[in-house]
Amino acid sequence: MGRPNDLVQGTLGMLILKTLLLEPKHGWAIGKRIQQISNDVLQVQQGSLYPALQRLEQQGWIRSKWAETETGRQARFYSLTPAGRTQLEKEREMWSRLSAAIDLVVES
Amino acid sequence: MATLFCRGSEMARVEEEMRFHLEQEEAERIRMGATPEEAHRSARLHFGNPAVLREEARSGWSWGWLDTLKRDVKYAARGLRRSPGFTATTIIVMALCIGATTALFTVVRAVLLEPLPFHDPDNLVMVYEHWRSNTGGNPYNPVSPGDFYEWRNSTHGFEDMASYYNANFNVSGDHGELPEVVKAQHGTWNLFPLLGVQPALGRTFREDEDRVDADHVAVLTWSFFQRRFGGDPSIVGKAVRLNSRPYTIIGVLPKWFVYPGAGTQLWVPYSDGTTTERLHEHDNHYPYVIARMKPGVSLKTATQEVSALQYRMHLQYLGSPVAEDAMSRPMIDDVVSGVKTPLLMMMAAVICMLLIGCLNVSNLLVARSAARQKEMAIRGALGARRGVLLREQMTETTILCACGGGLGLLLAVAGTAWLKVHWHGLPRVDSIRLDGIIVLFTFGVVCVAAFLAGLLPALSATQKGILGALKDSSRAAGASVSRARLRKMLLSVEIALTVVLLIAAGLLLKSFVQLRTTDLGIAGDHVLTMGYSLPKQQYSKPEQNIAFGRSLLERVKRIPGVESAGLGGGVPGSGWWGDQVFIIPERPHYEDNKQPDAMTRFADPTYFATLGIPLKSGRFFTEHDLLDQSKKIIVSEALVKRYYPGENVLGRTIVMGTDITNKKRTYEIVGVVGDTLYHVGEPTKATTYFPVSAADPGQMLTLVVRTVGDPSSYAIAIQKEIAALDPQLPVVDVLTIPQIVGESIVNESFSASLVLIFAALSLVLAGVGLYGVLSYLVAQRVMEIGIRIALGAQRAQVLGLVLLDGLRPVLVGILIGLCGGAGTGYVIQSLLYGTRPLDPLVLTGMIGTLVVVAAAACAAPAWRASSVDPMQALRTE
Repeated sequence: MGRPNDLVQGTLGMLILKTLLLEPKHGWAIGKRIQQISNDVLQVQQGSLYPALQRLEQQGWIRSKWAETETGRQARFYSLTPAGRTQLEKEREMWSRLSAAIDLVVES
Repeated sequence: MATLFCRGSEMARVEEEMRFHLEQEEAERIRMGATPEEAHRSARLHFGNPAVLREEARSGWSWGWLDTLKRDVKYAARGLRRSPGFTATTIIVMALCIGATTALFTVVRAVLLEPLPFHDPDNLVMVYEHWRSNTGGNPYNPVSPGDFYEWRNSTHGFEDMASYYNANFNVSGDHGELPEVVKAQHGTWNLFPLLGVQPALGRTFREDEDRVDADHVAVLTWSFFQRRFGGDPSIVGKAVRLNSRPYTIIGVLPKWFVYPGAGTQLWVPYSDGTTTERLHEHDNHYPYVIARMKPGVSLKTATQEVSALQYRMHLQYLGSPVAEDAMSRPMIDDVVSGVKTPLLMMMAAVICMLLIGCLNVSNLLVARSAARQKEMAIRGALGARRGVLLREQMTETTILCACGGGLGLLLAVAGTAWLKVHWHGLPRVDSIRLDGIIVLFTFGVVCVAAFLAGLLPALSATQKGILGALKDSSRAAGASVSRARLRKMLLSVEIALTVVLLIAAGLLLKSFVQLRTTDLGIAGDHVLTMGYSLPKQQYSKPEQNIAFGRSLLERVKRIPGVESAGLGGGVPGSGWWGDQVFIIPERPHYEDNKQPDAMTRFADPTYFATLGIPLKSGRFFTEHDLLDQSKKIIVSEALVKRYYPGENVLGRTIVMGTDITNKKRTYEIVGVVGDTLYHVGEPTKATTYFPVSAADPGQMLTLVVRTVGDPSSYAIAIQKEIAALDPQLPVVDVLTIPQIVGESIVNESFSASLVLIFAALSLVLAGVGLYGVLSYLVAQRVMEIGIRIALGAQRAQVLGLVLLDGLRPVLVGILIGLCGGAGTGYVIQSLLYGTRPLDPLVLTGMIGTLVVVAAAACAAPAWRASSVDPMQALRTE
């Protein structure tokens, strides 16, 4: 495990939305955050991260803005849009239903 | 959207983002204790190939295909630039074909497909009298005014009925302008409301103005308003003198209203200048009737109702020429009835040409793909998917067709403008325009053309055989044999289509020649004709008319070079001039009430001699006949043959059509003259000639003048004599007989020449295609031919071999084309004159031409093949 490609289809989007729930982040920070929280189990590849970000932005779930980081460098910060918030809720619900169902099957 | 239009800057932003990412990775690694170099390296390793990542980020955009397309287009354009000759040829071929198709479609759409510009046009119909006669009759005959009134008052299937008929007016030159004769229409007051036409200025007729005794009013058409009155709106309410009587101009019609033809200059009320008696007569047929059907009533039901009524009237007025049936057709069909078939035929011809063009491009592309076989094979071996190669090939064709289409659109703009000017009598010219729909149509044609022209070559180019092509490129491999077969097949189809076009063009051309050289039954080489009509008010008495004619002829005959001059009504070749039903007293009843009828003309004593119409028996008119009340007529040979076969008609009497007032008019036949043709392309008609004095006052008369040398050079001198007699009298149609004939078949000549152009272009295309295929085949077989020659084959044998190879697809094509051509001949039969759909002369002529062109196209490659130097051929392999 560990490769986002192995993730259930569409979960990367949900993870990204979740990491943006609290505050805007740049791409690198998003990847790091997912890695951290999952105790290094999930390592997001750049090859997947940036296309995913592009896709989410096109859907209107996140928006991006160039801003200064704490080190004073320009970076692109992504933040959640209201539509993104709704989408996250939807995906979360779906995920919990799905994982519960998978649990049931696996644990039976 | 923003990303779509600034993809360049978006790419830069993504790169910057990735650079930042790398920096962060490096910084983190350094924090964890790595040296900067190590951090740099491992961060990059971890990150992956930036180029690939960029690509993948890009693929996240949903318009990734746009980039692919851009790349394909760039690639194809590069390829095309490398072979400018091929590219230019193809684009020109496509431009010609697409341009012609678009131009014709523009006309077809405006003329045939668009609804009429009137209110609720689907319910508008034209109603006619349907004449049945032993010669076939005429389902669309003008109506008699009396029939029209009965229809309007007694039918229920129609909301309303309106009527119009044409007339000529002398417009006086009151303010220094020249007098002129204009075409006008008498229209019922409800005609404009019925059609839903609002005047551009003023108003149209009121009901009380459409009465026999009402004041004279006129409505101008837009073109006459602009031309004669300079578009001055203050003209409304002023008077203009028509036939020397003042008419108040009450309105101007809108610019788009050009019904019933562009020639109409003004409208006056239906009842203007006529009598109540004439408005109810049943034995004269000249008005046209427009009706609006009630909603929910079908054309069939409405027609049946009028037919039934007409039959009742026919029985009621037995002995009077009242048709026993009525006929109707939608107004749109009526408007386009004369041009529908020629237009559709030309459309079919250009589509045929477009197909030929596509096949030709297809052929060229197959040749090209053969040349690039190796490249394709290598790329295939390197892993390019077939779909990608196919897509590239199609992109190339599409670019060619799109360039051709763009250029073709420009050609279509010019072509449409040209058609509008040169196609005489084309209805609805004003609605012809190029707009978005036409551009869309062109786009559609480009797509279809690209598909047709590109798919076969693309499929054949990407055909399997990668290994085979890599193994041997020039030895006749399986792929190239099948490709040659494909090219021959395409060529056969191309030739077949060309044959069809050639046959159609040949038939039309022969018809045109036949029409052009038709014998009118006169000696018209040195005859000049012109028309005039004397205003009824000034020349109300027959004696005045006769006196005017006599002094005019005297003056004209005095002009040096004038051999003779005469007066008549109409000239052979100038068209229909009205006909009348008559009764032969010895045989008063004809079965089915099909009464004899004959065309009506007028003549004075010198008319026949001036035109060179031969006297067959009896005598011509004399001066005495003009004033004589005993009423004499002269008849044509055709009349005698039809109604008095083998009898002597001199001295017999006939009774001209009786009307409800029962006024019988008895005439004595005093002479028989040779037949003349009233309209080129129509069968000869039985004709009666009345003394010119019997013509109604105000009727158009024709002055015919026989001259020494070129007749048109006498026009000014003759017109001066007319002006000297009456300076207010305008003349019309100053024409020589060949001009009259030319004018009457101008449409036939037009469609014949257009189709001939298309056919000639197709012939050239077919020739080029043939040449291309054979050249390629010869190039493929150089070694084989070299061996044959080395082994002792005669040059002549080689020549024959290659020629045969080339002519075989031609023969196949001709055979297929002959079948198609025969079918086409039957389809366009209604446009033919004096020729059969399977005219042997046309067939042999056209196929002969094709064979000559084909042989010429084959000759060069064949000669090249026969002069192959065997040593050199073997060495190069």
